[in-house]
Amino acid sequence: MSLDIWMRENPLTYVWFGSYAVALLIFAIEIVMVVRKRKITLQQVHLMRDAGDEE
Amino acid sequence: MAINWFKYSSPTTFYGLAGKMIPWFAIPAVILFAIGLYMGFFVAPVDAQQGEFYRIMFIHVPTSILSMFFYLIMAGYAALGLIFNTRLSAMMASAIAPTGALFTLISLWTGALWGKPMWGTWWIWDARMTSQLILLFLYLGFIALHASIDEPRRADRAAALLAIVGSVNVPIIYFSVKWWNTLHQGSTIKFSGTSMQITMQHTLLAMTLACWLYAIAVVLARVRSIILERERKTDWISELPEVKL
Repeated sequence: MSLDIWMRENPLTYVWFGSYAVALLIFAIEIVMVVRKRKITLQQVHLMRDAGDEE
Repeated sequence: MAINWFKYSSPTTFYGLAGKMIPWFAIPAVILFAIGLYMGFFVAPVDAQQGEFYRIMFIHVPTSILSMFFYLIMAGYAALGLIFNTRLSAMMASAIAPTGALFTLISLWTGALWGKPMWGTWWIWDARMTSQLILLFLYLGFIALHASIDEPRRADRAAALLAIVGSVNVPIIYFSVKWWNTLHQGSTIKFSGTSMQITMQHTLLAMTLACWLYAIAVVLARVRSIILERERKTDWISELPEVKL
């Protein structure tokens, strides 16, 4: 079955998975990346601080 | 009681304030997303002409509006940083760029998905879509240019120039449907009012607010990391409870 026919037979599935699920997935990935960036930055600051204490 | 707003233009004071503000934007964003999605799929009626496909509008329109709006905010912060040499402005511009780029990407993606059943094509090089694609390239250009220069203050200045020059694209996107004969429809919501059905209006408003609040929360979280990274050699950073641990 071609995509054209499928989307017209299942419009809500097409709308939900095609646009909303993709958008929510992008938001979720962005949140994970922001949280990860904060963890890495804090680790770097800790490392710098520890290195400074040892000197 | 007068509030000294300039106090919060310093990374030192803004760092703590941003941390406190994140839940105030994130929690309402989640609630509004839930309301908007429920209304969008279960309450808003089926459109007479477009059937169920019009429901893409509830994510396409907010992300499109905000992608333009965030570019102007980013360019505004970049200009402030360039003119007044304020550190926080440049950091805010850097924090907004990835979110703006993702909103533009979602706008283009959902637009293509809406275009296929309505126009019979995923993409066409008409003025609105092409200028929106240029907006994505401007965001990516800003991020890439900033990342390519090692010295942060020089990177801020170079990227700020690109952001300011690129802001001319925003009115082109907005007025493209008036200036040129495009396949893309004109604005349904105007300053003079709208002919949209009331439930659809409320759903669109809820989703727009949700996207806006989500973006503010994410930008605040990202700017905190940027502040930590850039100010890591200062005394106030080593005094932070999360750093002292």
